[in-house]
Amino acid sequence: MKRAFPILAILTALLLSYGLYGALIVAPTERTMGEVQRIFYYHVPSAWTAFTLFFLNLAASVVYLIRRNPRADAIAFAAAEVGVVFCTVVLVTGPIWARPVWGIWWTWDLRLTLTLVLWLIYVSYLVLRRFSSSGQTPVMAAVLAVFGALDVPLVYFSIWFFRTQHPQPVVGGGGSIDPRMLHVLLINWAAFSCFAALVCWSRYRLEVLRREVEETQALESLLEAGNQR
Amino acid sequence: MSGFGITRATLAKDLRLEWRSKDAINSMLFFALLVVVIFSFSFDPTAEESRRIAGGLVWVAFLFAAVVALNQTWARELRNQVLDAYRVSPAPANALFLAKALGNFIFVSVLEALMTPLFIVFYNLRALGPAYQLLVVAVLGTWALVVNGTFFAAMSVRTRSREIMLPLLLFPITIPALLAMVEATSAILTGEFSARFWIVLLAAYDVVFTMASLFLFELVLHAE
Repeated sequence: MKRAFPILAILTALLLSYGLYGALIVAPTERTMGEVQRIFYYHVPSAWTAFTLFFLNLAASVVYLIRRNPRADAIAFAAAEVGVVFCTVVLVTGPIWARPVWGIWWTWDLRLTLTLVLWLIYVSYLVLRRFSSSGQTPVMAAVLAVFGALDVPLVYFSIWFFRTQHPQPVVGGGGSIDPRMLHVLLINWAAFSCFAALVCWSRYRLEVLRREVEETQALESLLEAGNQR
Repeated sequence: MSGFGITRATLAKDLRLEWRSKDAINSMLFFALLVVVIFSFSFDPTAEESRRIAGGLVWVAFLFAAVVALNQTWARELRNQVLDAYRVSPAPANALFLAKALGNFIFVSVLEALMTPLFIVFYNLRALGPAYQLLVVAVLGTWALVVNGTFFAAMSVRTRSREIMLPLLLFPITIPALLAMVEATSAILTGEFSARFWIVLLAAYDVVFTMASLFLFELVLHAE
């Protein structure tokens, strides 16, 4: 397991550099949007990665609620933290792309709003973890993750209906995608997934170590108090 | 004592406490009044516009005011370790949660009943759609605020800086419910479109989160 980490790190670095090369040089320039469309190769993989991480957080939270395994809680924590970072990348690159293409920074479109609400829910998740005292944090955080997951379909339907009543936003049309573009997109997606796995992994190890240190310190201070008596 | 008996006893105790102290209702009322006055200063709308924005104003005012009451729900039980007593007692956690949620529902409903005439006066409101639906929206919307609010208040009371924590947890999750309440109210006031979808969505939200709260409350109460 220990040797897998540097291997994954090297793989991530290779994929990320190849992905960057592909996004900037290999992929053809989009006809209507021009060069700015290249942000797509970072925007979309970030979104997919963020959603995967949020899903991992939910799965780990449910496992924690059933099994009470502290490792599951550490995974949930790491996934939520890294997920929020990737989701922030999505929310920042989105407007940068939207401004020159749609002419507006932001629109209350279904996907945008859903991403924003998910981001808000997970930021509140992190705030909860930060402010609750250590013993109760895992249970409360896991419960909040479940509530957040229940909320997603409701948000989806509410925004979907909200949007069908109001003027439709100008969304970049779907249609077919150039195979070279798809290739670069998939490479970048693989690179971002590896990167996320790498960061999550080290964050998870850090969290496990931090808990071990805390436990040892608590034990030591107990022993000291016993010796003084 | 059965679960129903515990619910009734806790609810009766909370109502009696509130009736004698009037802490929650007074602070909520004054807070909502301040919000209404500040809103009407900052917007100063015509009758036509106010019909459009009133749904948002009303529910945002009620949401903020409800947080004041929700924060006091469990804080009261911390004094003299009442919450710890609940924890060690064999009483089902659900019954306790239901009593607290019903109590908050009554407080917020009283607030709404008292504040609605004020909104009508300040904003010259008159419903152009079917007004009886407003009652349905009010009941479902209030329950939506209160059921999650009571649950998250039980969580935030166990954190540092508890008063600030509740809105931070409650608002993101409440977004679809709030959107539904606001849109349904605007739909009824303007009479331009049907509020049916939003009422159904609110009902779905209520069912989902009532079940989730009843199911998960025991975990939160016993989290240690």
